[in-house]
Amino acid sequence: MTTMQKEQIFSKKFVLSACWQACLKFNPMYMVKNPVMFVVEIGFFATILFTLFPQMLHDDSPRLYNAIIAIILGITIWFANFAEAMTQGRGKAQVETLKKTKTSMRARIIKEGKEQWVEASTLMKGDRVIVRAGEVIPNDGEVIEGVATVDESAITGESAPVVKERGGDFSSVTGGTIVTSDEIIIEITSLPGASFLDQMIALIEGAKRQKTPNEIALSTLLVSLTIIFLLVVVTLKPMADYFDLMIPLATLIALMVCLIPTTIGGLLSAIGIAGMDRVTQFNVIAKDGRAVEACGDVDVLILDKTGTITYGNRMATSFHTAQTVELQDLMEAAYYSSLADDTPEGKSILTLIEQKGVDITRTTQTFEEVPFTAQTRMSGINLEDGTTYRKGAFDTVKKYVGSCPNEVEAAVQMISNKGGTPLVVTKNKEILGAIYLKDVVKEGLKERFQLLRKMGIQTIMCTGDNPLTAAAIAEEAGVDSFIAESKPEDKLEVIRKAQREGKVVAMTGDGTNDAPALAQANVGVAMNSGTNAAKEAANMVDLDSNPTKIIEIVQIGKQLLMTRGALTTFSIANDVAKYFAIIPAIFLIGIPGMQMFNLMHLSSPISAVLSALLFNALIIPLLIPIAMKGVPYRPMSANRLLRKNLLIYGVGGLVIPFIGIKLIDVIITPILKSLGLS
Amino acid sequence: MLQIVFVLIIYIPLVLLVGRYVYQVTMNQKTVFNSFFQKIENILYKITGVKQQEMTGKQYVIALLLSNACMIIVSYLILRLQKYVFLNPNQIENMEPTLAFNTVISFMTNTNLQHYSGESAMSYFAQMIVITFMMFTSAASGYAVCMAFCRRFIAKTDRIGNFYKDFTRIIVRILLPFSFVVALALVWQGVPQTLAQNQTITTLEGKSQDLALGPIASMESIKHLGTNGGGFNGANSSTPFENPTALTNVIEILSMMLLPGACVVAFGLMIAYRKQPHKHVVIGKQGAVLFTVMGALFLIGLTAIYISEKTGNPLITALGIDQSNGSMEGKEIRFGIEQSALFTEVTTAFTTGTINNMHDTLTPIGGMVPLFNMMLNVVFGGKGVGLMNMMMYVLLAIFLACLMIGRTPQFLGRKIEAKEMKFIALCILIHPFIILGFSALAVSVAGGVEGITNPGAHGLSQILYEYASSAANNGSGFEGLADNTTFWNVTTGLAMFFGRYTSIILQLAIATLIARKPEQPDSVGTLQTDTPLFGTFLFTIVLVVGALTFLPALTLGPIQEFLTIR
Repeated sequence: MTTMQKEQIFSKKFVLSACWQACLKFNPMYMVKNPVMFVVEIGFFATILFTLFPQMLHDDSPRLYNAIIAIILGITIWFANFAEAMTQGRGKAQVETLKKTKTSMRARIIKEGKEQWVEASTLMKGDRVIVRAGEVIPNDGEVIEGVATVDESAITGESAPVVKERGGDFSSVTGGTIVTSDEIIIEITSLPGASFLDQMIALIEGAKRQKTPNEIALSTLLVSLTIIFLLVVVTLKPMADYFDLMIPLATLIALMVCLIPTTIGGLLSAIGIAGMDRVTQFNVIAKDGRAVEACGDVDVLILDKTGTITYGNRMATSFHTAQTVELQDLMEAAYYSSLADDTPEGKSILTLIEQKGVDITRTTQTFEEVPFTAQTRMSGINLEDGTTYRKGAFDTVKKYVGSCPNEVEAAVQMISNKGGTPLVVTKNKEILGAIYLKDVVKEGLKERFQLLRKMGIQTIMCTGDNPLTAAAIAEEAGVDSFIAESKPEDKLEVIRKAQREGKVVAMTGDGTNDAPALAQANVGVAMNSGTNAAKEAANMVDLDSNPTKIIEIVQIGKQLLMTRGALTTFSIANDVAKYFAIIPAIFLIGIPGMQMFNLMHLSSPISAVLSALLFNALIIPLLIPIAMKGVPYRPMSANRLLRKNLLIYGVGGLVIPFIGIKLIDVIITPILKSLGLS
Repeated sequence: MLQIVFVLIIYIPLVLLVGRYVYQVTMNQKTVFNSFFQKIENILYKITGVKQQEMTGKQYVIALLLSNACMIIVSYLILRLQKYVFLNPNQIENMEPTLAFNTVISFMTNTNLQHYSGESAMSYFAQMIVITFMMFTSAASGYAVCMAFCRRFIAKTDRIGNFYKDFTRIIVRILLPFSFVVALALVWQGVPQTLAQNQTITTLEGKSQDLALGPIASMESIKHLGTNGGGFNGANSSTPFENPTALTNVIEILSMMLLPGACVVAFGLMIAYRKQPHKHVVIGKQGAVLFTVMGALFLIGLTAIYISEKTGNPLITALGIDQSNGSMEGKEIRFGIEQSALFTEVTTAFTTGTINNMHDTLTPIGGMVPLFNMMLNVVFGGKGVGLMNMMMYVLLAIFLACLMIGRTPQFLGRKIEAKEMKFIALCILIHPFIILGFSALAVSVAGGVEGITNPGAHGLSQILYEYASSAANNGSGFEGLADNTTFWNVTTGLAMFFGRYTSIILQLAIATLIARKPEQPDSVGTLQTDTPLFGTFLFTIVLVVGALTFLPALTLGPIQEFLTIR
């Protein structure tokens, strides 16, 4: 689904629809929500009036001039609206697919033991429905009977079906997903209209999008800058009148629009929507924008070892033979003892032998399986000829055999010290050696943790392992600290402790017992495969159930704030050049000496005003890609990051408009001349 | 040049030393002569019944407003009734209501805008009880608020400090002893300190002249130390009785610069000692950044005035008059260009408002710099309040800088959120609102235009200057304006009042909000606000946001004048 979306972003139909949406947004009732652009719109209407009725204000500026200013103001607003429409449009395609799924849903409800078809939308909390293979699950719920595989691709984009069964961490199902085999009975857990699917639609549609605290703070700043410059222009009029300098009203409006922060004002909501959208594209549903913003401030990241830092399954990584035993023999014994072993550990032993390129003479004999039991704590096979192969934990095998070669014992000790799990292999009750089963750390994690450290984020690993094992894994993965033998309650305590110190904590979790910790953390990301309790407690849900994704979410949060900051700085810095364009222009007639400040040597006052205003309008679409993609972000220290962004957006914001305005001036001067405006 | 460099070189060690002392007073630590001061304070607490309990930000503001309101009422009555009160050897009449309103507001707000001439409009009683008294109390009020403001940034609670206690400590430990020393130095140099009536003498030309005497030295010292600026005489520190020699000029310059600079040092120390109470710190990195940014703005202004005045007025050169000594119109020979330029820069940057030359006759650019200093109102600024104004820009810069590194904004571990941002924005908005709003009003109505004695661009400069001076609580004037009229008395009175109290209330509200927030520990990802990089950013923000607001008005005023006489 994500790829399909990406193709659509800049498709013709998509852009056309955004163009039209941008026109609809001219409605003042809608514009008033964005005070900066609303001021521009008032200026737009005012200049239209001046164009239509030039005599009404005894203003002798040419009608054509007023008209051009009106047009540029209109374009400015339209560009800002277009940016917003583009970002909103992105989500719309997704919503439409989801809505289609939703409207077509019917459910087979069980009432008094009888099945009965009803509309999915009429289902109440507590109703029980039966869903058979090939049918769509009508609403969120818990499996109360049966086992089934469910295709969740409609929501997660992951095509491999997931097994759902009663109890445990895989009992929750989501409305809109499809049962692909067997049948299950589900108890509905969500109210009509409040299901996960509904939430997701509302979220993407932006219907429920509320301004985040930081967005409100920034809007406040922008509004006050707007008021300041409004004041500047309003008070300029009587002061100029005092000197009998006639400044056309349209010029004053142009000056005001150039000075107020239209660049950031026009793009602010697009930045917010695009930021949330980037989260969505990562297949993460953020329940509100606050959490995404809070991500930027995360100081501590709490990660589960199993599944997050390590693959979760121990894997065989090496063999350690007894002194008198050939490696080949050990591997052969290991091979046979694992032949009937379906566990991931067993399979990993076979894979390792294969990887080593060893030829094992395949037996033709039939054999008897000896499965793992809690009593024996060993598994293996007995061949027809009476040969026995076993592998198991060291102490049980030692008891079973009676004695153990010193080298093997040493190897076992070494493996334990390194945090691994030793498996001892026997053939005919004789110990041949040990297999090193290792908790394998996911690739590339160490580098990512290093990046996190650069960003000032501390990582804490939680694991049920003993301290020795935990320390070894922590060392290997490069996390900052760990909590061994931890229980879910411990996580809550760790979070509380960090928060008491004023830190912002993020964590991932899936189990019901993670729910309190997810709720307590500033940023809680629940796995979609997890229980409903966990999903409800968290403020984000990862549809792919990939615990390491939180690192990307943190980056998106930072990027969102950076984009806002960078464009605000850029917008304010632009004012310097615009002043140098417009101020000499408007006073030139009354004060000929002003030519000295015409640094850009703009051809005429009219061209200067129009160039500045055009630049102000054109910069908005030029910055739409940055608003949508976000400012590029690479983890580095705060100071370096600030220096870099200040150079690009601060100094750049000072210099670029000088070049841009001059360029526009060169282009429009002949046009203005031909129109008789110069 | 040498004279300027000399004064600035003495200033640095002096301000560091006094800054440390101010820090000790602020943090209720023991200072030199502690037991002596403590005894005086205890007596005062006993008489007044001050309980010294800790106050919240709200209580603090209320205490400040109430005490200032009381002083305003009493002083207004004295000015209106001075004719009937003793210590009036020169038979001065009662003051007219709008002038009395303007004068009282002016002195309570530490502005000292004078629409009257002291020697002819005030009795000695009024000079001492209204003027000199308010010079102490308004300075102490401003500084007390600044203390309350700064403390809240490093405290973990909003309930800290007591207004009355701070007020008393500032007067007893800082203002009184310092002004005592300065007054003695001035008396030594020949400044009068007497209660005898004005003397009429026969000059060398055989004509008679009235010499305005009075308790001048005592007022002169607090006038500068408290960044007040209201002169005993109409011509302020340009008269020989207020400022007789180059040495007194230096003393007065240093007195003005001392306490506003010390506030910055004290704040720097508060921040530095917050984390490492036992380390030896001179000013602290954060303090150094603030001080440097202010210092840079100061030096740029000083250079501009100096060069412009030294170059002289092209119109006068065209008349064939030698201007190799610079533009000496309205300046005192005993100070020359250097001491005049420095005095002008200091009195407007530190918003004192005293003058030793007529700002009205400065060259256009030389006159624009003082105007601009007051428009920014953050180049050290008045006692305490300049620092608070600068902090508004600091918080604004932090807001932008934090966003640019992808973190929600915070300063010293405290978050800056929507509510704080609203108040910060309002604070930054008020100042241009008052200056530009009233100036636009003045050029539009007859009452305002009538005051302009100098039509053309200079007339607008006069108006802008008057309101900038009022809003920044500076008090100096482009004296050409005929300002003792109902229009000017009332509008500048309002400008001073709102310029002072709305900012103070909002700023303490911000500090209160900040104090209530939990503190977050620093990490590599936190914005460092004590680096040269941040200093540069802050400097630019002050210039871009502060300057751009006033550029059109300045263009029509001083810049137009500059371009026309060029």
